[in-house]
Amino acid sequence: MADLKLVNVEKAYGEVRVLRDINLDIKTGELIVFVGPSGCGKSTLLRMIAGLERITGGDFSIDGVRMNDIPPAQRGIAMVFQSYALYPHMTVRDNMAFALKIAKKSAAEINAAVEKAAKILQLTPYLDRLPKALSGGQRQRVAIGRSIVRDPKVYLFDEPLSNLDAALRVATRIEIAQLKEQMPNSTMIYVTHDQVEAMTLASRIVVLAGGGISQVGAPLELYERPRNEFVAQFIGSPAMNLLPGQVIATGAQTVVRLDNGGIARSSVPTEASDMGLRVNVGVRPEDFLETPEEGMFTGEVEITEALGEVTLLYFKRQGDAAQVVAKLPGIHADLRHKTVTLSAAAHKVHLFANGESLLYR
Amino acid sequence: MEQFFGAATTIVIGVGGCLLYFFASNLLLDRLFPASGPNISRNINRANAIRPWLFLLPALILLALYLVYPLFWSIYLSVMDAGGQRFVGADNYVWMVNDPKFIESMRNNILWLIVVPAFSTFFGLVAAAVTDRIRWGNFAKAMIFMPMAISFVGASVIWKFVYDFRPEGQNQIGLLNAIVEAFGGAPETWLTHEIVNSFLLMVVLIWIQTGFAMVILSAALRGIPEETVEAAILDGASPLQLFFKIKVPQIWGTILVVWTTITITVLKVFDIVLTMTNGQWGTQVLGNYMYDWLVRGQDSGRASAIAIVIMLLVLPIMIWNIRNARREMR
Repeated sequence: MADLKLVNVEKAYGEVRVLRDINLDIKTGELIVFVGPSGCGKSTLLRMIAGLERITGGDFSIDGVRMNDIPPAQRGIAMVFQSYALYPHMTVRDNMAFALKIAKKSAAEINAAVEKAAKILQLTPYLDRLPKALSGGQRQRVAIGRSIVRDPKVYLFDEPLSNLDAALRVATRIEIAQLKEQMPNSTMIYVTHDQVEAMTLASRIVVLAGGGISQVGAPLELYERPRNEFVAQFIGSPAMNLLPGQVIATGAQTVVRLDNGGIARSSVPTEASDMGLRVNVGVRPEDFLETPEEGMFTGEVEITEALGEVTLLYFKRQGDAAQVVAKLPGIHADLRHKTVTLSAAAHKVHLFANGESLLYR
Repeated sequence: MEQFFGAATTIVIGVGGCLLYFFASNLLLDRLFPASGPNISRNINRANAIRPWLFLLPALILLALYLVYPLFWSIYLSVMDAGGQRFVGADNYVWMVNDPKFIESMRNNILWLIVVPAFSTFFGLVAAAVTDRIRWGNFAKAMIFMPMAISFVGASVIWKFVYDFRPEGQNQIGLLNAIVEAFGGAPETWLTHEIVNSFLLMVVLIWIQTGFAMVILSAALRGIPEETVEAAILDGASPLQLFFKIKVPQIWGTILVVWTTITITVLKVFDIVLTMTNGQWGTQVLGNYMYDWLVRGQDSGRASAIAIVIMLLVLPIMIWNIRNARREMR
């Protein structure tokens, strides 16, 4: 049981503020994922919660108790490191038991906790091995086991899967999801730069960029209703297309004349005063439809990537505009070097002015 | 000035000679097996097979001349009489095991062997751990490392002054006696008290070797992955537990290498004893005893026999040490 609260938290190294105005309410049982590009401070924020980095401003509390100056071991948290951070000179059993031994728990209690964690993580046959005799996935499970035995209020994961190969990453991701199912009352915070991990694991995602929070929300909320261009392009792959244009009709449905000559209709409502506003029209590659009529975009396909279930179309750049990418269902390898016209359903078309979504005004 | 030019000339000739050797021998090899013509691939293979030996040759010759040859000559001398004229069989070795001074040297060497590596490594480890945490740590490190740069003889002279004795009433120029007097004690001739004096001599070597241990162990401590330390902090380990349960076990291999390296140095200890007591008052050690018999006793037989004993003592540790160091490097 643990509610975490961050109020105006900031981190500064001397004059340089790397994180500022972090406000976040995390409820018991949530699995929060921090995502963001490298250098956005997501790991730093996690380490501040762990107590490995000092919080230079604001307040952080767990269950109403201010944690800023509480030593890491007394915060009731456990952390799984990217590099596993197993103690190389200790067996799997000793690695998992270390925290309990330090806490002077009885041998029987330690044994029971270790055996239980080993069973959950299928590590029982490996308890007497040294970490160097384990595979990457097994090591990661030991690291998770080391957290479980402490029965913490909050679990912290710092990019736990990034050292694993692709297949193992998927398997371990599912294991973590199952683990969360078994412990519905524990709070977890998970840092990753992999948006698939974020989308599949999170109850809520925190997108960090430029030292602050860009948006907090459920995975599909971020996908369907991104607050700004950064989130729109960060979530989803390939990234959302942004086509510049000008509003020519307002109301419940907004009409935009695009700089490329096309017309876009969006169900994002606008007011009369928005007439003539410069906007970026955002369309996800998978929301584009091929159309025989007049559309939003017409161009020559430069490269196709047929993946079987979908085909990615990369269009020739037009002037300085960013490359347009469309993802059509089925196999369309024959469209290479053809001219294709695209449109999208109005409710799938996003509008951004000055980088911010018009939906959230 | 003359010495300076002499040294400079030596350096120039030495370095130039090396360069010339490698350049010329390489050139010759390429002439003998040119990388062209009908046998090009065979020539290249042959040249490549010979080249490593070409580069090793000077080192091998020097090793043979100054290590291998003396070794066999010492073995030969150790079964000959004082002048190296007459074969005496195992006489020198029989004499050795019955000689009280040799027994004393062995006893002292064993004492040195236990005390010096243990304390040097321990102090080095503590110094490495502490200096990494404080702001003026680098300055402290430089100070602790400094004795490494002093020759054993120089260090001994310094410490001879520390232990110096002046009769009561006179000004004590020795630091130790000055302190004793300051606390109201009577000055002592420290270096003449058997057993105590051996430990006082060991202090000198500990003082020198601590810097060595510190530098190596400090590098090893820095090589410990930071995450394991952070994980232990999160697990609730205190600084002491962190050090003894997480850090020290991870550098155990390095600690052993440092320990054995100092052990080898200790087995060869000679200069300190020669300079400070010359083996009097029960401080004799094998190295100095060998020198004593060779130079003062004019007995190359007995001196060589002692030398062989020292070698036999060093050899196993040396082999173990090299193996361990190789494993560490992998």
